[in-house]
Amino acid sequence: MNALEIQGLSKSYSGGKQALTDVSLNVPEGSFFALLGPNGAGKSTLINILADIVRPGGGRIQLLGHDLFQERGWCKRRLGVVPQEVAFDPFFNPREILRFSSGMYGVAVDEAWIEALLERLELKPHAEKNTRQLSGGMRRRLLVAQALVHRPRVVVLDEPTAGVDVELRKRLWTFMRELNAAGTTILLTTHYLEEAEELCDQVAIIDQGTLLMHRPMKELLDDVASHVLRLHYADTITLDAPQTAALACWRPRVQGRSIDLCLSTKLDASNFHQVYTAATAVLGAPKEVTTVQEDLEDIFLRLTGDHDGR
Amino acid sequence: MADEYNPRGALTLFHRETRRFMRVKMQTIIAPALTAILYLVVFRYAMGERHVPGLDVPYFDFLIPGLIMMAMLQNAFANTSSSLITSKVMNVHVFLLMAPLAPIEVVLAALAASVIRAIVVASVLLLVLFPFADIHFAHVWMILLYGVCGSIIMGGVGILSGMWAQKFDDMATISNFIILPLTFLSGVFYSVHQLPDVWQSMNHFNPFFYLIDGFRYGFIGVGDSDPVQAALVVVVAALAVTTACWWAWKNGWKMKE
Ligand SMILES: Nc1ncnc2c1ncn2[C@@H]1O[C@H](COP(=O)(O)OP(=O)(O)O)[C@@H](O)[C@H]1O
Ligand SMILES: [Mg+2]
Repeated sequence: MNALEIQGLSKSYSGGKQALTDVSLNVPEGSFFALLGPNGAGKSTLINILADIVRPGGGRIQLLGHDLFQERGWCKRRLGVVPQEVAFDPFFNPREILRFSSGMYGVAVDEAWIEALLERLELKPHAEKNTRQLSGGMRRRLLVAQALVHRPRVVVLDEPTAGVDVELRKRLWTFMRELNAAGTTILLTTHYLEEAEELCDQVAIIDQGTLLMHRPMKELLDDVASHVLRLHYADTITLDAPQTAALACWRPRVQGRSIDLCLSTKLDASNFHQVYTAATAVLGAPKEVTTVQEDLEDIFLRLTGDHDGR
Repeated sequence: MADEYNPRGALTLFHRETRRFMRVKMQTIIAPALTAILYLVVFRYAMGERHVPGLDVPYFDFLIPGLIMMAMLQNAFANTSSSLITSKVMNVHVFLLMAPLAPIEVVLAALAASVIRAIVVASVLLLVLFPFADIHFAHVWMILLYGVCGSIIMGGVGILSGMWAQKFDDMATISNFIILPLTFLSGVFYSVHQLPDVWQSMNHFNPFFYLIDGFRYGFIGVGDSDPVQAALVVVVAALAVTTACWWAWKNGWKMKE
């Protein structure tokens, strides 16, 4: 079963900004799903629609086989959301916040589970402090604990590690991995591609509100990732219009004194020869030649680079 | 459809909203009670033993129920409106939107907390005044009906205002330019019989006038309007305001983009 099935989701804000356009994707149950995209891509909009913070435009969403918009109560009890912005009610301390949150989700307060969450997220010494006294990292962890207190089957985290130092980020990764191993489906948005590559088994990339790609991570890294022929020259390369046209079908990318040309997805000799011949015809003999396989970051930049919103 | 209603959740929200004002009782209970008592002291000595023209009641006896009701109405309004606008400004309203509560549950929990706050403020005032004033309870059921319905109406107006307002300044505008003048000009400090004709008829368009007059009728047994007939209107108004809140919350009015 799919934990989430999103079909044709669209959203335009009242100011006229089209934040999502016909986005469809499935999150298999038990998966660890990365939703990637540059700033302003529409990631938070999608998550806030799931969380019932933003009104949906068109489209349908099913959570564990139930219609999210028709059966809000059922779905909300099985969904835990960590919003992007960290904020707490200043009237209550972390332990009270977790107790209230249990009650609000219709769950009897389970002190042992709250204790376990405080322990696991290293909040135990701060459980009785005012939330204003907590550091940024502690607040972020409290936000995660709050989303888990009703033991949701699907957890959605909107940039949970943004602005968090490296060490804490690694510990949050371990925690999320354990959570996923215990059967919880996790959907995560992040700016750190390394994080997605490290943790996630599914990946989707959106940009300007449109889904660009949606695949299992392994397949993507093996398959979509093309090999690149990189030629290094003695001088800085500048391509004039006819030169660009001559190399266009291999999507040339110049970086100072080197140029990248895409080989076919599967490295094969005949294609290599063809590209190499074309390149030397235009630019002359290179000083050095390498082939490089793209990593997730390269794919991300290639897919979202044309109309860079950042 | 399973899990559509969540009584435990609603009860938790109610607890939270009452805890919130109990945490800052100086500001939410003691201060309003003190303000009302100051008014009483000032008017006690300013007006002496004078009676209210048109009604055969000492001015002091006339003033007490009006001030209690005014405090109830203002506090019922403050409880919902300040909770919502604070949540919004601090961006914690998202947790309420995310929680699996039916819209009617959110509204009823918030209104119930408002009513409790109004009753607590009224009780503190009554307890303090009891030794100094000769307080009658002519029609207890009218006191309860007007007190509770008035608090529901103002708690509901507070919900709608809190939903509408986007910043503290918006809220201050509503409190200072709508709620405060209407409560002051509602006949707390005077009987409409003391007013010129034009003002008398204008007073009849002020909803607070009926709430205060009916509540006072419960204590002193006389009123400016027909309190029994007005009671019906007040009950209907409480239901109408509750329905409006439910509808607004259900549609995420001014709360969801
Ligand atoms: N409340 C809003 N009103 C109007 N436009 C918004 C609102 N929230 C987000 N947007 C716009 O929608 C687009 C997507 O934003 P968002 O979903 O926050 O992107 P991301 O989380 O991927 O950075 C952006 O262009 C953003 O400016
Ligand atoms: Mg975002």
